[in-house]
Amino acid sequence: MKSFARLLDALIVTPSRNCKLRLVRDWLAATPDPDRGYGLAALTGDLDLKAVKPALLRALVAERVDAELFRLSYDYVGDLAETIALIWEGDKAQDMPLSQVVGVLSTAGKVDAPAIMTDLLDRFDAASRYALIKLATGGLRAGLSARLARTALADFGQVQLAEIEELWHGLTPPYLSLFAWLDGLGPKPVGAGFAPFRPVMLSTPVTEDELAALEPADFAAEWKWDGIRVQAVSEAGTRRLYSRTGDDISGAFPDLVAAMDFEGALDGELLVRGADGVAPFATLQQRLNRKTVSKAMLRDTPAMMRVYDLLVWQGDDLRALSFADRRSRLEDAARGLDPARFDLSPLVDFADWATIAAHRAAPPDPVIEGLMLKRWDSVYIAGRPRGPWFKWKRDPFVIDAVLMYAQRGHGKRSSFYSDYTFGVWAEDGSLAPVGKAYFSFTDDELKQIDRYVRDNTTDRFGPVRAVRADPDHGLVFEVAFEGLNPSTRHKSGVAMRFPRISRLRWDKPPAEADTLASLRLLLPE
Amino acid sequence: MCANPVPLLPRPEGLYCPAGDFYVDPVRPVARALITHGHGDHARAGNNAVLATRQTLDIMAIRYGADFAKTQQAVGTEWVAIGDTRVRFVPAGHILGSAQIVIETQGTRVVAGGDFKRGSDPTCADFEVVPCDIFISEATFGLPVFRHPDPATEIARLIASVAANPERTHLIGAYALGKAQRVIRLLRDAGYGAPIHLHGALIPLCDYYAAQGIALGELVPATHAGPKAGFAGQIVLGPPATFGTPWARRFPDPLICFASGWMAVRQRIRQRGVELPLVISDHCDWPELTQTIADVQAAEIWVTHGREEALVRWCELQGQKARPLHLVGYEDEAE
Repeated sequence: MKSFARLLDALIVTPSRNCKLRLVRDWLAATPDPDRGYGLAALTGDLDLKAVKPALLRALVAERVDAELFRLSYDYVGDLAETIALIWEGDKAQDMPLSQVVGVLSTAGKVDAPAIMTDLLDRFDAASRYALIKLATGGLRAGLSARLARTALADFGQVQLAEIEELWHGLTPPYLSLFAWLDGLGPKPVGAGFAPFRPVMLSTPVTEDELAALEPADFAAEWKWDGIRVQAVSEAGTRRLYSRTGDDISGAFPDLVAAMDFEGALDGELLVRGADGVAPFATLQQRLNRKTVSKAMLRDTPAMMRVYDLLVWQGDDLRALSFADRRSRLEDAARGLDPARFDLSPLVDFADWATIAAHRAAPPDPVIEGLMLKRWDSVYIAGRPRGPWFKWKRDPFVIDAVLMYAQRGHGKRSSFYSDYTFGVWAEDGSLAPVGKAYFSFTDDELKQIDRYVRDNTTDRFGPVRAVRADPDHGLVFEVAFEGLNPSTRHKSGVAMRFPRISRLRWDKPPAEADTLASLRLLLPE
Repeated sequence: MCANPVPLLPRPEGLYCPAGDFYVDPVRPVARALITHGHGDHARAGNNAVLATRQTLDIMAIRYGADFAKTQQAVGTEWVAIGDTRVRFVPAGHILGSAQIVIETQGTRVVAGGDFKRGSDPTCADFEVVPCDIFISEATFGLPVFRHPDPATEIARLIASVAANPERTHLIGAYALGKAQRVIRLLRDAGYGAPIHLHGALIPLCDYYAAQGIALGELVPATHAGPKAGFAGQIVLGPPATFGTPWARRFPDPLICFASGWMAVRQRIRQRGVELPLVISDHCDWPELTQTIADVQAAEIWVTHGREEALVRWCELQGQKARPLHLVGYEDEAE
C-alpha cells in the first residue's frame, strides 16, 4: 500500500507525460503479483469497488472529529478524501499488500464496510489513507488517462500498445496471465469470446496542394461527420462499444448497444439524432462520460452509428483485406443491421479533386466537418500511417481576439507566460473572454509574448496576469477553432472547440478585433 | 484579573499595550514598537523606537538599512521596564532571533508568542514555555489536518531525488529569512556536502546566519555565466517568486521544489506547480499548537493570524477560554 500511495502522490505532482510513464513503468517493474495488477486496474479505472461512499466516510470521521473542526478543515483542503486522510489521527504507518486491501474492500458489504474502513484507516499513515480512500471510492484523479497507464504497461513489457489494447478488455484484475506474458514466462493470453477492442486506423490531414500529386481513382471519398469515432463489437454474446482509445463507453449508449445484434466488429461514427437529422456535437457531448443515461435523453437524443468499416464479421478477421473488399462486405453486412440505429456511410462520387473541393466547400449537412479519402487498396492497420487515409477538413473558423489574461506554464515553461485567455468586444464595449489556448509558436515568439505580458501587466492573481487590453492598446491574436457551442458556464455564452492561436497580429489595433455579436452568428441553430 | 484594564488591545496599527504605550509587531509606523522577529509582516521599517533581540535588529538592518528606526534597543531575557509594564524577550524557536514577548502589568502576565514552533532547530534557540495569564497564539497551521513530518525525512527525499535526477537542477523555493538557512542546515546535517547555489536575494541573510555561528557549508551565487549544464545535478535555492521570472531559465530542466508547511496539502502543491513538495515549516503544526496551549496554562488564549476559528473552537471544546483577535496585515504565505 505504501509504494502505491507513493506512486499516486508522485503522479499527482509530475507534469510531464514521459515522467509519468516512467513512474508507472518503474512501479510495475518493482511490484510483485498480484499487487501490480490491482494497482494497474486502479489506474485504468477497471477496479470496481462499490461499498464505500462519501457519506460513509463522512459518518466515520464524524465519530472521531468535531463537526465544526472538520468543516473548517474541509473548507480549507477542498477534497474530501484528502481532508479525511490528513485529519484522521494515528500514525501507525503499517504496510499491507495492495491485493490484501483490495480483497478486504471487495468483500465489504453495506453492514461491515464502516468497520472495515475504520480498521484500515487506523493502520495507515496519511499518504496510505489518501490512497485507500481514493481506491475505495473510485476515481484516483492521478492525472493519468487509462490509455497512458496502458502505454506504461506496454513500455514495461516492451510490446506495442496495440497488442495490449486488443487484449485489455478480455482480462480482469490482477492480470496474472498478462504479466506472465510480459515477463516472458507465459504465452500471450488468448482473446476469445469477450469482444476485444481492435486498435483503430487513423488518418492524416492533407492539403489541396498535396492532393494534386495523388491519383483520384485510387481513392474512395466519404463525408467526415462531427461525432465520435467508435468501434462496436459484438462477439459470442458479449457487446461492447469502444472509443477510439479503447475505453469502454457502452454505459453511456445503452440504446445503441441494445441494437448490436450482429456478430463482428464495426468501425464508424457515433452520432445522436435530434428533432431534424443529426444533432450537433454539443448534443452528443451531453451523453458522453455518463455511467447512466436518463429516459428523457434516450428519447430526445437517440444514439446511432454511421458505419464505415468492417474489421471482423462472423468470425472472420477482415483487416488484412483491401478497403474495397472490406467495403463490399460492409455493404452486405449493413443490410442486416437495425436501420434505426445503424446506417452506412455513403461514398461520395467524384472524378477529380476539384469536385471534392467543391463538396468540402458546401457539404450537404451542417454536422459534416470535411471529407475522408481512403485508398481502395488500403489494408486496416493500427495507428496513423501516412498515405492510405487522409482527412480533408473544412477550414477552421477564424476570429481576431484580444489577449486578456496570461498564465505561466508548468515545468520547462514555468517562467514563461504561455497560456492565454482572449476575448472579443461585447455590446457594452467591454471585452468578453471567449476562450483559452496554450502557446503554439516558436520559442522566439513565446519570448516576445512573455515580454509583452510582463511589460503590460495591469493586475496579478497568483500565477495569472491581467494584460492591458484597451481599444487602442493590446495584443491581437488570430484564433482558429473547429466550432462554437452555446455554453452556460462561460459568461460570454459561447464555448469554442479546439481553439488555438493561429497568428500573432502585432500589427492590428485591438479596436478592430471581432465582436461577440459576430461570434454568436457561428452558433449552430 | 477582571478588575484590571485590558493589558493589550487590537488597533489598526497592531496589538497595543496602553500601560506601556507600545505596540507589538505593528503593521503601520508607531512611536514605540516591540518586534518579535524579522519577517517582513512582523518587522516593518519606519517606527520611531524599536525594541527587539539583537539578532532581530541586525536582520532588520540587513533588510531595511541601518536607519530602519530612530532608536533601536536590543533586549534579551532580562526584564526591561516600559511605562507601567516590564517586558522580557524569550526564544520562540521560529527563526534566528525570534522571541516571545513576556509583558507584565498590574499583576497580569501576557505572552505574545509571535510566530513560534516547538521542534528543535539548529538555526535558532528552542521555544521556551512561559506560564502566563494570557497567551497570544498564532494559528498559521491551526487546523487538525496539519501534522508536519520530521524535517529529516523530507530532506532525505530531496537528497534521493537529486541522486535520481542527475541531469536536472533542483530549484528549491524557500523564503529568504529562516527557511532558506534551515533547509541548507538540514541538508548539511544529512551529509550533503556539495556547494549549494543561491539566488542573490538569499546571500546577505545566509552570510549573517554563518557569522552568527550557524554553519551552512559552501554557498555560491547561482550566477555563473557558463553553460546551462553546469547546474545539472545541483541544488539551487531562491525565493519562490523568482521561479516565474526569467532568472529561472538559466537552469536545465528545473525540478521545482518548495519547502513549506503548506506542501502537506495536494491542492496547494498543484496550484504552485511544485514537483517535489517538502513539508518543512517554521511554524507549529496542530499538535504543537494545542500542546503549547496546554503547556502555558493560561486563563485565556488569544488567537491571531491564520485559522483562528478552528483553534478557538478547539479551546472551547477543552473548556479553555479563548477568543480570536482578528488582526489584519499578517501574511498567510509568509512561511
